[in-house]
Amino acid sequence: MITAERKPLSEIREMIAPYRRILVVGCGSCVAECAAGGEKEVGLLASALRMEARAEGCDMEIKEITLDRQCVYEFIDQLTGLIDQYDVMLSLGCGAGVQAVAEVFPRAIIVPALNTTFVGETKEAGLWVEKCRGCGDCKLGFFAAICPITCCAKGLFNGPCGGSQDGQCEVDPDTPCAWQLIITRLEESGRIGLLKKVHPAADWSRQQGRGPRRITREDQRI
Amino acid sequence: MRGESRLKKVLLKGHFAVTAECGPPKGADSKDIDKKGKMLKGFVDSVNVTDNQTGVVRLSSLAACAILLQGGLDPVLQMVTRDRNRIALQSDILGASALGIRNILCLSGDHQSFGNQPQAKGVFDIDSIQLVQLVRQMRDEGVILGGEKLTEPPHLFVGAVENPFADPLSYRVLRLEKKAAAGAEFIQTQCIYNPGRFTEWIGQVRERGIHERVSILGGVTPLKSARMAEYMSEQVAGMDIPDDIIKRMKSVPADRQREEGIKIAVEAIGMLKETKGIRGVHIMAIGWEDVVPQLVEEAGLMPRPTV
Repeated sequence: MITAERKPLSEIREMIAPYRRILVVGCGSCVAECAAGGEKEVGLLASALRMEARAEGCDMEIKEITLDRQCVYEFIDQLTGLIDQYDVMLSLGCGAGVQAVAEVFPRAIIVPALNTTFVGETKEAGLWVEKCRGCGDCKLGFFAAICPITCCAKGLFNGPCGGSQDGQCEVDPDTPCAWQLIITRLEESGRIGLLKKVHPAADWSRQQGRGPRRITREDQRI
Repeated sequence: MRGESRLKKVLLKGHFAVTAECGPPKGADSKDIDKKGKMLKGFVDSVNVTDNQTGVVRLSSLAACAILLQGGLDPVLQMVTRDRNRIALQSDILGASALGIRNILCLSGDHQSFGNQPQAKGVFDIDSIQLVQLVRQMRDEGVILGGEKLTEPPHLFVGAVENPFADPLSYRVLRLEKKAAAGAEFIQTQCIYNPGRFTEWIGQVRERGIHERVSILGGVTPLKSARMAEYMSEQVAGMDIPDDIIKRMKSVPADRQREEGIKIAVEAIGMLKETKGIRGVHIMAIGWEDVVPQLVEEAGLMPRPTV
């Protein structure tokens, strides 16, 4: 999933300060799973904004709505006829959601309420961990299903570096050394021989592309 | 006629090599490097110049190596993959060779979060083993990544590092073997304070015959004080300083701790000289380069051979 964290209330208030009618739009997918931008968080943020507005004697109109997905046109379409009734849309979608809505409504003013962070997993209640950098050339098969680009602080393909101690990463002692995990898992599954391979320099053009990357699938076009 | 690597020649002739580390200044100060070079000249075979070590901005390794070269030393250009992508790395490799630098040490580099630019973007376009492979490819095949031909290949003796004290031990030797397979010709190790673990490591290295494929120089860092020993033990990742060394440093009064530190280092060099599979010593006297001549003398490594 794509994870995100809500911006501080002060930053959000500063962005919406010039406006009176606010449309707060959540997203029911990834950011709902990571408790940042789902229906519940939309409600909480809207309430907080209303309370502050009331405390300051401002006349503010706030409407809440949560789309199933803020990055897919058929769901964004629910905002048609609604978005132009408001001065600003405060999006609790990820960066893709914010931009997808903006593309559909060229004149709308849209500001983000979240900081989009990473592609990760829900490790336990209240803990999300980054797992994928979207490099476009997945090599997990060589690394016992642990991504060295993401999980090693230096992204080493032929690690570990000299700072791995007691199974922990030197950069953050609370983080396990990805290479220790890779080696242990390969050993346990009888595939230690995979470590002998010298991995050549990666092809980062698959990650950086030439500007935004695209996936085109003719079979999906109707 | 182009010069050759003194380090390579010393090792080829079977002499016990001596290299020392030299940290560039935090400023555009050529005199500092020149002074350090003059002090080390004649006492060591080659001088390593660190590349923004611990992620702290310093005068560039390439420039410092050029200054040392002018002073008649044989510099070892340390190059980390943290700060430069493959375009910049390859360009600097060519530049180093054109300047007359003949040794390169390939490292990934300390993570940027440790230094004085923690908000920097860590590049890590390639890793240290890939850098070793790249320099060898440029030198031996005369081509850059992607296969384009060079008008003139770089002439460099290629090294890498190894830390016998990092984990997991079972894999450290395999990784060294990987570095040798990638084309490393010499290895400089992390500083050695724990002879037990070092002996275990070099034993495994010999078992696999890696010491015959690559020249291994053992790392030695003289301790300046008991405080430094404690700090390094606690704060520096991958550093293994046994309690008895710390106790020994503490057992002498503060004004004699430097002397004790030198003694410990001389003993370590003595041990390295007797270790089969070790072909030299790499002295990393961090911020204390002026101790190197004394250390080399006391360890019986003078005079340095003529090659």
